Amino acid sequence: MTIEQMKMPQLGESVTEGTISSWLVKPGDVVNKYDSIAEVMTDKVNAEVPSSFSGTIKELKAEEGETLAVGEVICVIETETGSSTTIENEDLRGDEPEQAIEDAYNASEGNSMKSRYSPAVLKLSQENGIDLTTIQGTGREGRITRKDLLKQIEMKDLPQETAQPKVKTEEQTQPKPKVEQTSPIGTAPVHKGDIEVPVSGVRKAIAANMLRSKQEVPHAWTMVEVDATNLVNYRDSLKGEFKQKEGYNLTYFAFFVKAIAQSLKEFPEVNSMWAGDKIIQKKDINISIAVATDKALYVPVIKHADEKTIKGIAREITELADKVRTGKIKSDEMQGGTFTVNNTGSFGSIQSMGIINYPQAAILQVESIVKRPVIVNDMIAVRSMVNLCLSLDHRVLDGLVCGKFLARVKEIIEDMSKENTPIY
Amino acid sequence: MPVISYIDAVTMAIREEMERDSQVFVLGEDVGKKGGVFKATHGLYDQFGEHRVIDTPLAESAIAGVGVGAAMYGMRPIAEMQFADFIMPAINQIISEAAKVRYRSNNDWSCPMVIRAPYGGGVHGALYHSQSVEAIFANQPGLKIVMPSTPYDVKGLLKAAIRDDDPVLFFEHKRAYRLIKGEVPADDYVLPIGKADVKRQGEDITVITYGLCVHFALQAAEKLASDGISAHVLDLRTVYPLDKEAIVEAASKTGKVLLITEDTKEGSIIGEVAAIIAENCLFDLDAPIMRLAGPDIPAMPYAPTMEKYFMVNPDKVEKAMRELAEY
Amino acid sequence: MVKNRHEDLGLSNEKVIEIYKTMLMARRIDERMWLLNRSGKIPFVISCQGQEAAQVGAAFALDNTKDYVLPYYRDVGVVLTFGMTAKDLMLSGFAKAEDPNSAGRQMPGHFGQRSNRIVTGSSPVTTQVPHAVGIALAGKMNQEDLVAFVTFGEGSSNQGDFHEGANFAGVHKLPVIFMCENNKYAISVPIEKQLACENVSDRAIGYGMPGVTVDGNDPLAVYQAVKEAADRGRRGEGPTLVETISYRLTPHSSDDDDRSYRAPSEVAEAKTQDPIITFGAYLKETGVMDDALEKELNDQVMAIVNEATDYAESAPYADAESALQYVYAEK
Repeated sequence: MTIEQMKMPQLGESVTEGTISSWLVKPGDVVNKYDSIAEVMTDKVNAEVPSSFSGTIKELKAEEGETLAVGEVICVIETETGSSTTIENEDLRGDEPEQAIEDAYNASEGNSMKSRYSPAVLKLSQENGIDLTTIQGTGREGRITRKDLLKQIEMKDLPQETAQPKVKTEEQTQPKPKVEQTSPIGTAPVHKGDIEVPVSGVRKAIAANMLRSKQEVPHAWTMVEVDATNLVNYRDSLKGEFKQKEGYNLTYFAFFVKAIAQSLKEFPEVNSMWAGDKIIQKKDINISIAVATDKALYVPVIKHADEKTIKGIAREITELADKVRTGKIKSDEMQGGTFTVNNTGSFGSIQSMGIINYPQAAILQVESIVKRPVIVNDMIAVRSMVNLCLSLDHRVLDGLVCGKFLARVKEIIEDMSKENTPIY
Repeated sequence: MPVISYIDAVTMAIREEMERDSQVFVLGEDVGKKGGVFKATHGLYDQFGEHRVIDTPLAESAIAGVGVGAAMYGMRPIAEMQFADFIMPAINQIISEAAKVRYRSNNDWSCPMVIRAPYGGGVHGALYHSQSVEAIFANQPGLKIVMPSTPYDVKGLLKAAIRDDDPVLFFEHKRAYRLIKGEVPADDYVLPIGKADVKRQGEDITVITYGLCVHFALQAAEKLASDGISAHVLDLRTVYPLDKEAIVEAASKTGKVLLITEDTKEGSIIGEVAAIIAENCLFDLDAPIMRLAGPDIPAMPYAPTMEKYFMVNPDKVEKAMRELAEY
Repeated sequence: MVKNRHEDLGLSNEKVIEIYKTMLMARRIDERMWLLNRSGKIPFVISCQGQEAAQVGAAFALDNTKDYVLPYYRDVGVVLTFGMTAKDLMLSGFAKAEDPNSAGRQMPGHFGQRSNRIVTGSSPVTTQVPHAVGIALAGKMNQEDLVAFVTFGEGSSNQGDFHEGANFAGVHKLPVIFMCENNKYAISVPIEKQLACENVSDRAIGYGMPGVTVDGNDPLAVYQAVKEAADRGRRGEGPTLVETISYRLTPHSSDDDDRSYRAPSEVAEAKTQDPIITFGAYLKETGVMDDALEKELNDQVMAIVNEATDYAESAPYADAESALQYVYAEK
């Protein structure tokens, strides 16, 4: 006994479905091969459908009047013997050729195309002053594509850490997640009176980098509360004289950067980058600081911050911020950062979740210093408090090390005083 | 080596093949007693008789269709269309039948026939005696299209076409018939169908063309040489299927390519040549691919001013070649 | 007892049984094709039903060892007579590699088999007519004793290729038999909207050849007309136009529903003249066939059709990449 299926035949060259206008058999009926079992109506013809098998009708799969796609089962027939002579029409869609094409495409790896530049690539490299020998091509056999160059140009526009070549290479060996440049176009409705602001190149680059970081990096977040009363007192005692002497402000931010740089030295795990099959701990401690203008966000770098004095850091912060605001910042002044500190407190924030400056492993937000009543030695005291918020790449870092790192930053800041915190 | 005209090379090739093989015969309008309106079959009627040089009724589809039948039987018919412009009624027989006989029968039947037709302008032939029709047939696998430029190529390629086991359209430039003369060996030789021929070696620019335009390019190349511009000239000879290897080689050699056809520009043979170059030579090109062709109007007008305006000529070719060389 | 007409034509009893059996084979193959189509196993059928007498009667009047046939798409009866088998036709229906017509490249009904001089054909109608003329011309040039037999429908007789081919053959007095299988319909368009003259054969005079119209349901009448035409051709007297009148008993094809343009009563009426029935009756009335023989013949035919169906259904398709073969001669 074998169960066979009768399927809706294609009745007519362009026909895709058929309607059972009436059944000529019912379950239990015995039919011979080629006996009519149903009347079927299609756009082109009306016809009686013959059975492809001899046997007993087991089940009708469709009601009269029901329309079925070509190839759908219309009824089930139990036959006496196996269907030795019946072969299902072969599936002609076979995917072998596609496979073959894919194989052929994947077969050629190597770098033989590395120095073959298309006219489009040459034009872009000349217009943007890009040395093509420094670019890693993503095309077949290492060819530099137009898109590779466009990406490079975008990175230049956004004064932000571009990963060092070594890291970049590593990045490319891992399967790249699909990162959309921006969110899908045209999803937001525009109503009368709305203003449509064209997206500038810099804005696009920011968007792309933020999106990439947010989509690729599993962010985790943590915050510590720090008592900055000592720092406030200490800094207040110096600021007038400092300004007069040096010509620029001694900001709190410089103290925080110093404290963070010192802690990074002690916790090099935090000063590191994700590189696919490994984590790279950076030797240099280069602190990216976020500087906002009206329209954009730049991230210049204080290089070797751990080797600099608070005064030196304060000066660099001032100079870099001026350069950003006057548009004089150079791209090499925005490269090489290993950790970002963001002075969110400057605009009154007391808590925020930063997006990591890709490909760094963490970003620390220094919030606003506010006076709050706190319990000190079981007594209520008015203290200057500040929150430090850390976003971390959970691929690279875990809570434990970050907790220790933040505890160390807290400790340094709370201990700041004339005695143990030299400015020069 | 005797110097003969382009049309005499046609006659010579047919005569030699008819002498060699009794299955070869000619059919068409006025091909017998008159010897053809251009005299391409001159003398054959007297030599081979009316049964092998057949004056047919005036009906192009029958000329082609009867030829297809005879070829399927095993004959080697040479059918003449009086003008390429008049091939249109026979298109069903050529495209639906001749081109597909072998394929549709899974190699059981074949259609070894030649259809000859004079094409091309510059002879005050107006709209219907001047056309280039090759592009109509140049996406029909199963057909071969030969368009020779010199008497030597005419003889060698026409003999090859007659001996070919598949249908061949053999388009002869009617202005070249008596304008172009050249050395042609008296003995038997065939040239390969499907192979282009370098007509001039050069280093600075490459010209790829066929038919009468080959001569325009060669003349211009001569002039440019005195200015220190060296032109490489490739004669396609077979325009379908194209000799891709030769095209890629010639284009890559100089990186600057001028494609010329007498046909109207859009959808012409040289568009396909440009596609082959674009697919294969991206990293060897030193200039955009340049095309020189007739304007996109239905056909060549009668008045001499407009005819001249339509036709590719040596001056236009020279100008284009110079422009490309200077790029 | 009716008059024995086949003896007058020089046809033995065995021969007329063979004619009947071939007609029956054509019919049963065709019926099977429809069943296979309606059960979804083959995509397309185009029928010979109603025209078997014209096809088989004509083909029996030819010499199937040397004449050429250029059939049109309904000519199952012609190709069976010229050596194609039920299995060959089923392989074509299923588009299998072994199909001698085209190895699965063409739709069914596009016959061709060089070993049997069945000349390959296409779908644009009437293109085969000039080919027949070319073959006759070639035969004449090679002093071969051959006749080229070409068929087409009455709709096709309006095509330029019919006119051009017939005229060429007339001018050159070539041994071609032009047989129009007039089945009254060109898909949906009836004959009165196809022809301004009464008969297709009326057109013969324009080409300087005789034209005859015969009953296409009577294989003996068709045999006689085609035999005379073949004899004329062999004698060097040129071509003949034969028109056979029959009726298309099925829709145009498996894709057509004929109820939209002709009345079922008209079809039912035509079925009373079905040549399988009428010629069977003739054979019985002349004592050539009895019920037992009729059953035996039918059983034999059905056994062959069943075997051919099973064989073709389980036969392999051609390799997909064989699609690239034979565009040009392969050395």
